[in-house]
Amino acid sequence: MAFRIVASCTNCWACLPLCPHEAIRAATPHFEIDAVRCTECVGDYADPQCASICPVEGAIVDNTGQALNPPGSLTGLSPEFLTLPSTP
Amino acid sequence: MESTSQPTTAGVSPALHPCYSEQAHRHFARLHLAVAPACNIQCHYCNRKYDCSNESRPGVVSELLTPEQATHKALVVGAAIPHLAVVGVAGPGDPLANPERLFATFRELAEKAPDLTLCVSTNGLALPEQVEELVKYHIGHVTITINCIDPDIGARIYPWIFWNHRRIRGRKAAEILIAQQQKGLEMLVERGVLVKVNSVLIPGINDEHLHEVHRVVKAKGAFLHNIMPLIARPEHGTYYGLTGQVEPTAEQVRALQDACASEGGETGMMNHCQQCRADAVGMLGQDRGAEFTLEKVAAMQIDWQAALAKRKAIRATIERRLAMQTQFTKTKNPIPLPVRRPATITPEILRMAVGSNDGQTIDAHFGHAREFLIFDVSPTGVRLVARRGIDNNYCSGPTTCGDTTTVLAGAIEALRDCAVLLCARIGFEPWRPLEDAGIQPNSEHAMEPIVDALLAVYREWRDGGRLETEPALVRSSA
Repeated sequence: MAFRIVASCTNCWACLPLCPHEAIRAATPHFEIDAVRCTECVGDYADPQCASICPVEGAIVDNTGQALNPPGSLTGLSPEFLTLPSTP
Repeated sequence: MESTSQPTTAGVSPALHPCYSEQAHRHFARLHLAVAPACNIQCHYCNRKYDCSNESRPGVVSELLTPEQATHKALVVGAAIPHLAVVGVAGPGDPLANPERLFATFRELAEKAPDLTLCVSTNGLALPEQVEELVKYHIGHVTITINCIDPDIGARIYPWIFWNHRRIRGRKAAEILIAQQQKGLEMLVERGVLVKVNSVLIPGINDEHLHEVHRVVKAKGAFLHNIMPLIARPEHGTYYGLTGQVEPTAEQVRALQDACASEGGETGMMNHCQQCRADAVGMLGQDRGAEFTLEKVAAMQIDWQAALAKRKAIRATIERRLAMQTQFTKTKNPIPLPVRRPATITPEILRMAVGSNDGQTIDAHFGHAREFLIFDVSPTGVRLVARRGIDNNYCSGPTTCGDTTTVLAGAIEALRDCAVLLCARIGFEPWRPLEDAGIQPNSEHAMEPIVDALLAVYREWRDGGRLETEPALVRSSA
């Protein structure tokens, strides 16, 4: 039982100080969660802390690969907006 | 503007801060340190994924700094640019959502560069709990972005906030954020901290509402209110950019600023905002960030004590010069013009734009001017009414964004209410489009003192009868 940070992470540091078990590490190319330390905040908080502040949809996933913040859940933008148009 | 040089109860003087004093922005430089990556809210005009070194807008940085790197950068810049007066933290996230990184930076700067004014710009969510800490570090200037005081409007600007270990959405989120902002504003004013309120003008969402915001922040003692245009383009990948939210025109921003200014009161309106990047370096409207990248800065060793002494000497010189100028303008202004017409006729005001780098003479080439000074000239004198950046100083990378037509259109839009444009030089290409827009380009007064040139043009128009015959270009002073 542990979460994982994936490539879309922008290394914004928001999650790191919130983790009750200091499971998050400022790594490159993106931050990482120590699977041994992560408890998914069960017993500590009602909601997992890292996923509650993360501003990037899809950047944190559970052990089945499901995004904790699926597309559209944070920005309110439906998926068709999520591919950026090329700059003119 | 004179009142801006009065120190506050906390002994804070806005006279050195380019964002708090229109006069200071011509003489003193600022540095933004990008030490605050985390944010505790989401705004619909922000996209945390974005970074581009040709972009000049808030929330954008190229390199995130550790507190150690940030302090070193400030000391290096303070040695290289001795008219540096202000060091601010404005992001790319929210400074107060990164208290440890923020205060670690300020702690060392307070020791090694005690002359520098420190400031922060925050969304206000964590402000009340950090006020005492800010005061402890003598942070005399704090900017709060307040876009609304109505949670229903807030729900259309902020999709979520992080609060008490939970992500809160919608109206509830806006309600908490607004309450925290207002409480923070009150606490800061009570402690003598100068508060600038930034409001992003979002057409159709908070445009009418900002009048109310202005009244409230004014009543609570905000020092300055800065109404800024929304920046929302699809290529930024923000919610507003992608959903086609329109940006306000320069005219809409001006109208709102003027309406708020006309209400009077102690709170000034800021008309010289350049919407800087969160890692900007140099004078307002200028960014020398490329000279001070992480790599370049790391290699530089500086004698911070010598740099401090040099800054103090330069500051004393600038302050002496400013004091002399103030004296000069007090005695010379307003400049009377001989009135030839009978007094019963309403005197007309001729609005003119001037390209000037030094603020004294007409020395800017139209194509290189990044801002224009807007003057109203009438028989009662010459009045500086605004300072306008071109197209929000939106793009400064001529090789990648060299669409001159767009830049020209932006400049014309910013000067639409002016009858005359005075510059040191104006190229052949923009001449015709300016004329077509009803703006008479004029480079006959290159390098002359601004006031002399303005009066000469005014006399020319008056004697040629153009003030009466071209009413569309002349505003009545009623």
